[in-house]
Amino acid sequence: MNVAVAKNETGRPLSDSFAVARDRLPGAAEARRAAFEAYERTGLPSRRIEDWKYTDLRALMREVLPLAPAPDAAALKGAAAALKLQAVRGARRLVLLDGVFAPKLSDLGELDKGLSIRTLREVLEAGDAALQAQLFSPDSVNPMVALNSAMMTDGVVIDVANGAVLKQPLQIVHVASGAVPAAMFTRSMLRLGKDAGVTLVESYIAADGARAYQLHDSLIAVIGDNSRLDHVRLVEDSREAFNISSALLTLGAHAHFNTFGMASGAGVSRYQATIAFAGEGSKVETNGVNLLNGKQHADTTLFMDHAVPNCSSREIFRAVVDDSGHSVFQGRIVVRPHAQKTDAKMMTRALLLSDDAEADNKPELEIFADDVTCGHGATTGALDESLLFYLRARGLSEKEAQALLIQAFVGEAIESIVNDDLRELAITAAQRWLEARA
Amino acid sequence: MSLLEVKNLQVRVEEREILHGLSLTVNPGEVHAIMGPNGSGKSTLSHVIAGKPGYEVTGGEILFRGEDLLEMAPDVRAAKGVFLAFQYPVEIPGVATMNFLRTALNAQRKARGESEFSTPDFLKKVREVAASLNIPQDMLRRGVNVGFSGGEKKRNEVLQMALFQPSLCILDEMDSGLDIDALRVAADGVNALRSPDRAMVVITHYQRLLNYIVPDFVHVMSKGRVVKSGGKELALELEASGYAQFEDAA
Repeated sequence: MNVAVAKNETGRPLSDSFAVARDRLPGAAEARRAAFEAYERTGLPSRRIEDWKYTDLRALMREVLPLAPAPDAAALKGAAAALKLQAVRGARRLVLLDGVFAPKLSDLGELDKGLSIRTLREVLEAGDAALQAQLFSPDSVNPMVALNSAMMTDGVVIDVANGAVLKQPLQIVHVASGAVPAAMFTRSMLRLGKDAGVTLVESYIAADGARAYQLHDSLIAVIGDNSRLDHVRLVEDSREAFNISSALLTLGAHAHFNTFGMASGAGVSRYQATIAFAGEGSKVETNGVNLLNGKQHADTTLFMDHAVPNCSSREIFRAVVDDSGHSVFQGRIVVRPHAQKTDAKMMTRALLLSDDAEADNKPELEIFADDVTCGHGATTGALDESLLFYLRARGLSEKEAQALLIQAFVGEAIESIVNDDLRELAITAAQRWLEARA
Repeated sequence: MSLLEVKNLQVRVEEREILHGLSLTVNPGEVHAIMGPNGSGKSTLSHVIAGKPGYEVTGGEILFRGEDLLEMAPDVRAAKGVFLAFQYPVEIPGVATMNFLRTALNAQRKARGESEFSTPDFLKKVREVAASLNIPQDMLRRGVNVGFSGGEKKRNEVLQMALFQPSLCILDEMDSGLDIDALRVAADGVNALRSPDRAMVVITHYQRLLNYIVPDFVHVMSKGRVVKSGGKELALELEASGYAQFEDAA
């Protein structure tokens, strides 16, 4: 690979921007510099890097925009109105506006016993070495993770104490005001003690008029022994926006992680998650949906790391692709040498609604233990003609019949969400996509 | 004016001609039975009337209340009162029966410029009809036809007929796969819908169904056209003598 050219094309303007922004970034100057150097070794990933084969950011994104300015009063007003889109009754809302924690839009009152919430900025400025090490723990081999480490501006750091099972969902809402085309870099962390439980929602939305922004987000979650994390992630960014997000999730023993993700917005989105089993007897259920039309591109890249015995994982991924949309699912499952009795399954189902629609599925299974159950499957097809005719013979127009069948296809995934209000939230987000299509 | 007029209909599927000039006239209040051996074109006729894609009409016409039915999309035909009870009703996982019924009924009403049913009125109506057809409430909550027995699927078709109140019902091999008890329940449901302003076309291979749904007219189809028409006694004749005579005639 021609590294020199890569740097000239993409690295140079950003390194200037990093130099300019560096002084505005909170704490950890040394770790940031190292992360930025790691990023600069490749620059924006291109299709020549296997992991980014289907999502060539050098072609799609071309450059990383300068850091977004601090939100002003107008941005705050626009964001307040936009929050209605993914409002969840009874949830504790934590708003990151243009990459910066917005206390006025957030709900920090009367925290439940065992719950602590801080901003990333205050944590980094406080300079706790152990905490800082944990915040920089994601692997900088991935250029977009490295860039996020270098540039992260704010986020929320949530701790749930041992034994605390929180009824109230926590919702991190990313809002882009989009006054000027800019990039936001956020990182949040959730540490769940032992015998604890919480529901975390991540919402990605834009204020009216927000267009070509770039959101670079990351999440670190540590789920303690006997704890449970329910996670819902809904991407409804503007159609011209980029959403490049990473997650690193670690499960202790007898822990349970249930996650649902849906990308119905953003022009280009990538969600890359590593889920690592660190204790035996744990369970992961992941459900994902991409709803794409126009020229939307959405990539979900999951790495399931079965490092210990007796754990199970299920990945069910669905895509509905219309026009010249492009959906990508890359699922890698690694079963390490001593991880016996692993039960890991992965399934992808794509529904293509037009001749130009594309769905790429890449399963990768690397199994180094001999007593395991692993499998993967994939189906791709159009809507079933016989079902469409049945519905039309009962009076539904072509669009109505399609919409009902798409709803059913997506609905099976949404069923995996335990919380009723959040299931409703996902259903309405899917309906918004369907209505925009009609 | 006749409700349905099929005139000299010629239909191809891929390169093969299935109907070679079929004619049939149905007036309101009448029940017509169409009988014939396998491959005579009975189901093709029902599919073409309902508007199923994949059939090429190469000649003739179909008028519904004087309007050119072949120009209309399947959903337009449904809203105008054409109903096909499928031989093999499809399963639609993830679409609850109740939701499907409401969506379909309101789509038809909207197309006709009528107001949509309110939820309580709709639920009341569905429950009444379901009870008369021995359809348990939990079936209505399940996905459309998912896990239904053959008899339940056919009863679900009759339920829709009762709910949508179409003016032309085409029953395609309603007796296939049904035991005698299931057949009786479905037939009772159909008979309850007989009325002076509704017509039915009952397509069947066997005379048995016509013991339960007694037709006014019987037509025998063979090799893509109607070869003999008569009263209900024609069905009994056929039962005794079989279709062979007509296959030779055609």
